[in-house]
Amino acid sequence: MLSVILKRLLLAVPTLIGVVVVTFLLTRALPGDPAAYFAGPAATKQAIEQVRAQLGLDKPLPVQFVRYVNDLAHGDLGNSLTTGQPVLAELRSRLPASAELTLLGLILSMSIAIPLGILAATKPGSIVDHVCRIVTTAGVSLPVFFTGLILVYVFYYLLGWAPAPLGRLDVFFSAPRTVTGFYLIDSLLAGKFDLFRAALAQLVLPALTLAIFSLAPIARMTRASMLSVLASDFVRTARASGLTRYTVVITYAFRNAMLPVITTLGMVFSFLLGANVLVEKVFAWPGIGSYAVEALIASDFAPVQGFVLTMAVMYVILNLIIDLLYGVVDPRVRIDA
Amino acid sequence: MMTAVRKLTSGKRAVTATAAAAVAKAASAEAKQPSGLAATINHARYVIAENPVTGFAFALFALIVLCALIGPLLVPHDPLASETTAALKPPSWHHWFGTDQIGRDVFSRVIVATRLDFVIAVSSVALVFLMGGLAGVAAGFFGGWTDRIVGRLADTIMAFPLFVLAMGIVAALGNTVQNIVIATAIVNFPLYARIARSEANVRREAGFVQAARLSGNGEFRILLGQILPNIMPIMIVQMSLTMGYAILNAAGLSFIGLGVRPPTAEWGIMVAEGAAFMVSGEWWIAFFPGLALMVAVFCFNLLGDGLRDIFDPQRRT
Amino acid sequence: MKRRDFLKSSSAAVASAAISMPAVFSPAKAQARNETLLIVSESGPNNLDIHGVGTNVPGYEVSWNTYDRLISHEMKTGPSGQPYYDKNKFKMELADDMNVGDMSVTFKLKKNATFQDGTPVTAKDVKWSLDRAVTVGGFPTFQMRAGSLTKAEQFVVVDDNTIRIDFLKKDRLTIPDLAVVVPAIYNSELVKKNVTEKDPWGLEYTKLNTVGSGAFKVTSWTAGSEVVLERNDDWKGGELPKIKRVIWRMVPSAGNRRALLERGDADISYELPNKDFVELKDAGKLNIISTPFSNGIQYLGMNVKNPPFDNPKVRQAVAYAVPYQKIMDAVLFGLGKPMFGDKNNTAEEAVWPQPHGYNADIEKAKALMVEAGYANGFDTTLSFDLGFATVNEPMAVLIQESLGQIGIRTTINKIPGANFRTELNKKVLPLYLNVFSGWLDYPEYFFIWCYHGNNSIFNTMSYQSKDMDALIDGAVTAAATGDQASYEKDVKGFVDLAFADLPRIPLYQPYSNVAMQKNVSGYAYWFHRRLDYRTFSKA
Repeated sequence: MLSVILKRLLLAVPTLIGVVVVTFLLTRALPGDPAAYFAGPAATKQAIEQVRAQLGLDKPLPVQFVRYVNDLAHGDLGNSLTTGQPVLAELRSRLPASAELTLLGLILSMSIAIPLGILAATKPGSIVDHVCRIVTTAGVSLPVFFTGLILVYVFYYLLGWAPAPLGRLDVFFSAPRTVTGFYLIDSLLAGKFDLFRAALAQLVLPALTLAIFSLAPIARMTRASMLSVLASDFVRTARASGLTRYTVVITYAFRNAMLPVITTLGMVFSFLLGANVLVEKVFAWPGIGSYAVEALIASDFAPVQGFVLTMAVMYVILNLIIDLLYGVVDPRVRIDA
Repeated sequence: MMTAVRKLTSGKRAVTATAAAAVAKAASAEAKQPSGLAATINHARYVIAENPVTGFAFALFALIVLCALIGPLLVPHDPLASETTAALKPPSWHHWFGTDQIGRDVFSRVIVATRLDFVIAVSSVALVFLMGGLAGVAAGFFGGWTDRIVGRLADTIMAFPLFVLAMGIVAALGNTVQNIVIATAIVNFPLYARIARSEANVRREAGFVQAARLSGNGEFRILLGQILPNIMPIMIVQMSLTMGYAILNAAGLSFIGLGVRPPTAEWGIMVAEGAAFMVSGEWWIAFFPGLALMVAVFCFNLLGDGLRDIFDPQRRT
Repeated sequence: MKRRDFLKSSSAAVASAAISMPAVFSPAKAQARNETLLIVSESGPNNLDIHGVGTNVPGYEVSWNTYDRLISHEMKTGPSGQPYYDKNKFKMELADDMNVGDMSVTFKLKKNATFQDGTPVTAKDVKWSLDRAVTVGGFPTFQMRAGSLTKAEQFVVVDDNTIRIDFLKKDRLTIPDLAVVVPAIYNSELVKKNVTEKDPWGLEYTKLNTVGSGAFKVTSWTAGSEVVLERNDDWKGGELPKIKRVIWRMVPSAGNRRALLERGDADISYELPNKDFVELKDAGKLNIISTPFSNGIQYLGMNVKNPPFDNPKVRQAVAYAVPYQKIMDAVLFGLGKPMFGDKNNTAEEAVWPQPHGYNADIEKAKALMVEAGYANGFDTTLSFDLGFATVNEPMAVLIQESLGQIGIRTTINKIPGANFRTELNKKVLPLYLNVFSGWLDYPEYFFIWCYHGNNSIFNTMSYQSKDMDALIDGAVTAAATGDQASYEKDVKGFVDLAFADLPRIPLYQPYSNVAMQKNVSGYAYWFHRRLDYRTFSKA
């Protein structure tokens, strides 16, 4: 098992190197001049050149790259220009915010999409099937920023049901003591139920926005996987032995149809984590996505590089976990690298 | 089923409907060949009659193409002409979708924008087909080093958060329509490369390929003359599905401020412009372009499903 | 390994560095809300110290409220009845007494003034702080130079309690420049404990810590999302503020900021789109105060070094083509002071800003284009700062449309905020929208920066005119020697010349808008246009 993990991690090394190189080149190609930015609005040309030398930006690209890699090796992701903070610390404090939002969105999506998929698979070609297809397709067709805006408009502005779209907590609450970084869990650990409710209230709209967008892949995968399992011999046998419809569909078919669904969930999670930048922007969510977008617009190298690298590492780890999980769920699957 | 499972894990992160497609596809034992044009048309007629949703998608598609072609001739107002005395007016008989901040007619802008969004979608899909599709086919057919290089490239791109990669490319190259197209194509590269690869791989020893080989065709010739046409139906389904994604991607870039330049009408930038007015009650500025965006993407997605029904009914998910 | 385990371990890794927000207060202590001010704005500080490298404008607000200066300004009544800083009257802040001599000024410090850590404020601290401002480089040094404060030798410790500032030359901007945000007084001993070889002025330390004697101290700062400040109960710089705690939250979306105000969740916001301010004012649920930027103008700049804008006729044609009134109505919703449509292009008064005589007149513009030899027009780009897109984008679109009518075909070029300055400083943008506003409210101050041929970085048009330079220099000399008559003549002269040569077309004087709940009072307008928490109170 351990050697398998090691082998898989080794295989990921060229990918990560590729990511580091591409990100480095891409950020250097961004318009804008960090030296001019650091030197301030009233700086003279000499002052800018002086700052450029200080930042090491006057050196040729390969030299800069070696320096960057050297810093990386020492765990230094650099400082953000716009916030002035070390990138590593900011990513650390923001990652739980994004992860909590994405996970809740995923759970919400699963709780709608999996039943929908099962329902559609039991009656392929029926009205239910068509409705399921249209609903999920409509969900994935909505631009997330648009969904977010509409939800805010309706539920916050018109109806007043949702709290202000202002990040993770209402301003009159203080964050729970950090254990996991997930406010929902931390507030429960601290035994503060009003805090839990407040955190949940903030999460509902953005999580719903993400859920609507991710209905389609989960529902479709569930449906497809269920269809193929329902057509298989052992299900036919179960049916023939007179088991109830419920037992056949849930106990026999669904359990066996889970595998591809789990894979999809992993993919959707990692996709959403990177893609929820727009949702974070609409809801002023202090996550890593909004952090990266703002940095990119401001030509702020370090956070963009840090963010992309973090996402790439997470992508590799997540894929590894899914593959391992596969072996746990279905011992027949042999993991080879 | 076991082969299907292994395929899937190598499919990784294809979250759109295509992931489902890939699985169901792999689940079905052998790829089925469409048998002649007439049969396909007959079958299409049957599918559309059987599935009203697909028929609806085709009708919608025709409407979108119509708007893209002659939209500028249809609209009641100049989409670029400002009329500050009639700014921020709600929908009325004169302005069906209302007017925006400087008094431009939202209806005219939404219709005219169809062409640009359609062009972005079509050209980015064509580009990614040329890059990813061909690379994938070659990788699947030749295997070996070609396969490894294409695979690494796809892996590296996949490891990026895709939207941020697209943003980075547009930010670095400058925000023009051309660069939006390029960025969208690049982020879709792995998807196309993988699908084309697995499709080509399945067929590399197929009977018709053997036959072509025996009759003295070179490998490249077989690749372009036999394999490529053979996987076209699958690629077309894929292209239809990615068209929707391309539009969403372009709109997202515009929303962030990296899209097309003003005053050009484009759905994403119009939603972004209208977003600020949503809270003060002028919902129509963002709502109608957002709706158009959704309808177009919806149409491409349904169309992709419908095309799959037509080309290969067994793969429907 | 299960996914649960993965999540657990990854969260454990982040737990150590995760942010913990301060205990604001539980709903049970609701009365404390009267002493807490909740501010929402688009962006927050990137550095708590204005001397820092690349400190942004929100950072100035922190500095203003957490540090004292030797002197500050008295208040007068502003254009809409609100308190407005009086540029001619100074108030003692850390100083107890100011004695202006012929070539120096001497300050006695308040005896009981202490820094927030309890150490007394001494003349040594003042000298160290002013030395730092003039030597640290970048913006602070530049701003000090505007008041002819350039050398550490100018700051002389007389005794523990007395500091003298020697003048290098007579300059009427020297005293006002001591009351701007930059010459803040730092706890020098505390900073010195935190200096390194690479960082002799302790910039890294003051970036994260406020070490002043000011009325507020920063107790928590989460970059990009929140700043919490608490009152310094031992403040000696003035009357103790009524507000005990300020929570300043960054809310990037303007729509959200507006909604927060309307629903009563936030106390104050600025940086809202003009339309929102107009509607909020009409709705009457909030107090809205609009004040024209002091010494500030939104303008359309042209690169006068390169064709086609090197031709004054072309520049005048543009000035006759700009749809001024449309901009006032559709872009500003009336929240701006027109800088166009005066009866002629001659200054009657020696003041700045004042309107010019151009107005939208397409026929005249077309005729000028023909005279200039551009009957068929030309292609060019119109650039603006994406950071201010709310105003700039619709304005650019309207200008683009009107210029199209006289044959000038423009491509709109949105430049991200961080790059805009860089692009401007290259001085190659042919046509661009921008705002300039000076902290010191004197006409010659504006003109030195924007029109003088010594090619200051704000002369982004690369404008060169010997006559202009002579008039500006004349006004500066006249002001220093108190020669009112020649001062007025020179000021009128350079305003007239600016309108005749027209390297940049003034469009309007922007308004600084602030919206607050009805129970919030005490807003005062300052030259830096940021909030001064010290005067606020909440009913």
